Amino acid sequence: MASVTLSEAEKVYIVHGVQEDLRVDGRGCEDYRCVEVETDVVSNTSGSARVKLGHTDILVGVKAEMGTPKLEKPNEGYLEFFVDCATPEFEGRGGDDLGTEIANTLYRIFNNKSSVDLKTLCISPREHCWVLYVDVLLLECGGNLFDAISIAVKAALFNTRIPRVRVLEDEEGSKDIELSDDPYDCIRLSVENVPCIVTLCKIGYRHVVDATLQEEACSLASLLVSVTSKGVVTCMRKVGKGSLDPESIFEMMETGKRVGKVLHASLQSVVHKEESLGPKRQKVGFLG
Amino acid sequence: MAGLELLSDQGYRVDGRRAGELRKIQARMGVFAQADGSAYIEQGNTKALAVVYGPHEGMGQGWTQGSQLKGARGRHMQDRERKTGGFVLEIRGSRARALPDRALVNCQYSSATFSTGERKRRPHGDRKSCEMGLQLRQTFEAAILTQLHPRSQIDIYVQVLQADGGTYAACVNAATLAVLDAGIPMRDFVCACSAGFVDGTALADLSHVEEAAGGPQLALALLPASGQIALLEMDARLHEDHLERVLEAAAQAARDVHTLLDRVVRQHVREASILLGD
Repeated sequence: MASVTLSEAEKVYIVHGVQEDLRVDGRGCEDYRCVEVETDVVSNTSGSARVKLGHTDILVGVKAEMGTPKLEKPNEGYLEFFVDCATPEFEGRGGDDLGTEIANTLYRIFNNKSSVDLKTLCISPREHCWVLYVDVLLLECGGNLFDAISIAVKAALFNTRIPRVRVLEDEEGSKDIELSDDPYDCIRLSVENVPCIVTLCKIGYRHVVDATLQEEACSLASLLVSVTSKGVVTCMRKVGKGSLDPESIFEMMETGKRVGKVLHASLQSVVHKEESLGPKRQKVGFLG
Repeated sequence: MAGLELLSDQGYRVDGRRAGELRKIQARMGVFAQADGSAYIEQGNTKALAVVYGPHEGMGQGWTQGSQLKGARGRHMQDRERKTGGFVLEIRGSRARALPDRALVNCQYSSATFSTGERKRRPHGDRKSCEMGLQLRQTFEAAILTQLHPRSQIDIYVQVLQADGGTYAACVNAATLAVLDAGIPMRDFVCACSAGFVDGTALADLSHVEEAAGGPQLALALLPASGQIALLEMDARLHEDHLERVLEAAAQAARDVHTLLDRVVRQHVREASILLGD
């Protein structure tokens, strides 16, 4: 991870503040920074989203391509994740390592039956299916990468429009795939159960949500909890070089579930509002 | 080329533009707060982001080192660098590379996997990205006053978010704005544009459709005030009688880009001074 160097006095200041539920920018321990989400930013993708969380800037593009279903799941399509760390700050570990770690975490949180209904991605069993390539582009790192990336992935999947295809079989038995004539005739994914990651960083005796780079430098251990909108936990992981005791883990998980539900509710309302503005809405992107 | 008319009888191109007309350009400086300078530009459907760090102490950065040293050490060095995640080269190269009399300009070009119609597998590190990085470096070494910052390094990172033709030009324009946003002294703006030649007419600012048609393409980076050319590159065959016309079309387009970029910079400075209360 990108890191900042802090002096001892600065660390003490942050740690003492957190014990009193007061962070450097005035937030409480369970408050997120202001999140800006915009979908449909890149036009030659099937779906895209940009999330700006404080100084963290993430761009996700989803491309739907046709492929062959996996052998063990012949009736389903699948998702492929790729994370590209475009920021030059990643010294030592290198951007590739971080990218692989984030991609593996995304694979794990989506690795269950209910996150995305993969059966809708199947075109004809054992032969054709839709493969969704979810590409995450990390533009700027300002702390709390996992949360921002999972929000962006959810928004991009919500925005994804996959063209409707029909399989035509002719007399010789060879199959032909026909694309629908109407460019707006497409299938949308249901992102009801797509989880979001909430990262809880342990600072001193308390834990904080949405840590900035400075706060991450003061924390020894963090817990990544992947929560769906109903409060169901799909994946949990401890990161960091320190150790956590079991009571802290349970407390952090409860906080994660609570915060996650609120996060999902706000994200849903924002993307639905954006969607309701229709195709005429003013696209801001990076120009605003 | 059957079926696709790049220039109609009335003189209109595929997207409705005239031969010498540029696509719509929108740009913004200061996109990222953490970088020393940053800018975003949209030229039609081509979108590019540029981020500048520097001038700072010469420090190697991961795979850039690999691509710079590739010529000297060969391919196996790059493989080793991939396995160790960049450790080896970082420690070795840095001090030796800082130049004693001027700043080192280091450019990296990266294009997002979703930027093209077909998904790209490698965003950077492939040959085209390395070549673009070297071309950008050549362009900016001509413009930045590197003598003012000896023994330091200026990093320019360009990211293409959407590629619809003219990516080199969009990168150069974005990088110019980013370098200006970083406050690094430059001789002049660097404005770039592409040009092509179809049916006896020179076309300015090619889109992807026009580039893919296979005609001659010229990429030009210009310092507008003096008219000096920082980079000139041409692909495919072109009769030398036509060269001057194509070059003039590209130069005129670059000067038009300069007018727009100048307006963007002045607007940005005006906004910044209002915020400062001047």
